[in-house]
Amino acid sequence: MGTIYLSTPLTTEKVEKLRAGDRVYISGTIITGRDAAHKRLIETIQSGSELPINLASQIIYYVGPTPARPGEVIGSAGPTTSGRMDPYTPILLEKGLKGMIGKGSRSKEVKDAIRKYKAVYFASIGGAAALAAQQIKNARVLLYPELGPEAIYEFEVEDFPVIVVNDCYGGDLYIDGIKKYHRILNADI
Amino acid sequence: MRYIETDTITNVVAKLCIEANYYLPEDVLQAIQTFKEKEISEIGRDILAQLIQNQEIARAQKVPICQDTGMAVVFVELGQDVHINGDLYQALNDGVAKGYKEGYLRKSIVADPFLRANTGSNTPAVIHIKLVPGDKLKITVAPKGGGSENMSAVKMLKPADGMEGVEDFILKTVEEAGPNPCPPIVIGVGIGGTMEKAALLAKEALLRPLGSRSPHQHIAAMEERLLEKINKLGIGPQGFGGSVTALGVNIEVFPCHIASLPVAVNINCHVSRHMSAEI
Repeated sequence: MGTIYLSTPLTTEKVEKLRAGDRVYISGTIITGRDAAHKRLIETIQSGSELPINLASQIIYYVGPTPARPGEVIGSAGPTTSGRMDPYTPILLEKGLKGMIGKGSRSKEVKDAIRKYKAVYFASIGGAAALAAQQIKNARVLLYPELGPEAIYEFEVEDFPVIVVNDCYGGDLYIDGIKKYHRILNADI
Repeated sequence: MRYIETDTITNVVAKLCIEANYYLPEDVLQAIQTFKEKEISEIGRDILAQLIQNQEIARAQKVPICQDTGMAVVFVELGQDVHINGDLYQALNDGVAKGYKEGYLRKSIVADPFLRANTGSNTPAVIHIKLVPGDKLKITVAPKGGGSENMSAVKMLKPADGMEGVEDFILKTVEEAGPNPCPPIVIGVGIGGTMEKAALLAKEALLRPLGSRSPHQHIAAMEERLLEKINKLGIGPQGFGGSVTALGVNIEVFPCHIASLPVAVNINCHVSRHMSAEI
């Protein structure tokens, strides 16, 4: 498990270098999206229309930030629970999405799609939202401003800290990490 | 009879909403610090250190600790010798709207569970009013995040399931939640009463300071036993594996029907927020 500095766009070649448990610092442009934005994107795809955004080699951060104070880039911006996006994720991966940042477990369907389309799922620290915001250097609303905190933003990030949970080889930090410590903590039984 | 103006209530609630979201309670901070020394995983210790750093930034810069500034749950203890000049519920909701606007807090409430249009004001709040003796008005604002609330559960057990059945249910709920509710978590448990009473007890249990114990000996022992068992699950900080899955288990009990054993488990994240004031 290493430390990797990663710049966007996230190509397949870069994805292949990542392993579950790696600490990664992301720099470049990422987009945001949570429940309502995902629903809209999928409805657009299902209606046969062109997506208003190119997802190829993109990283999406599951976040609904707090409003910025005047003069500030963004408010607090930690990850939301990724599992709620699971029903929408495989189709976005098929459209070229390469990376996801959130927190919490993914479904089997998402993990299978991560392997199939060579993508990666990162976690950032849930609840450390003031700290995370310090690595966001620029923010603008890209799509769906009417959704308020659920709008799609474009963030410029610098050394945004994440950890690889699901890599493109089937590695899963949540399963392996919990199993390992469960064994250690119950060794005397 | 003591008269209280609705404006006073609104202003106090607004301040409580803001402060609850900017300042982590001292008992929660202390618990994170204490448990950091006990965490056996290196990455786990690193995460707990970052949680401490995060709340320092929030406090200094007056920004929310977490971007999920929650649904505002408001507990009111209303002295029966108080007369409010106006609508108390309106005053409380006005306070929530004011606090979430002026504090740059996120508005996370949708008006209808299916139509899901944001109300834009983080109202309505969930309000619990208790009538008590005296002429004071005590207000507690406990903003509740969606991620951890979603991992909560209620179950109607059989009296024959006893303590063991209750503990199994709590453990199973925490295990299934895994990394989702942002561990290390705080667990509020309500046992007894009816279905809704157990759920409310579980929410109230989250307000009790971490490290305090139930006044009932057998329940206090259960709290300690459960904390130990939960911290042996291996989930750890953020679910990456480790020995600190929970910072505390608080249990509240209430008498119940001869046929019933209701249990509610309300999970809170490490940003276990609440702030009180007395008028």
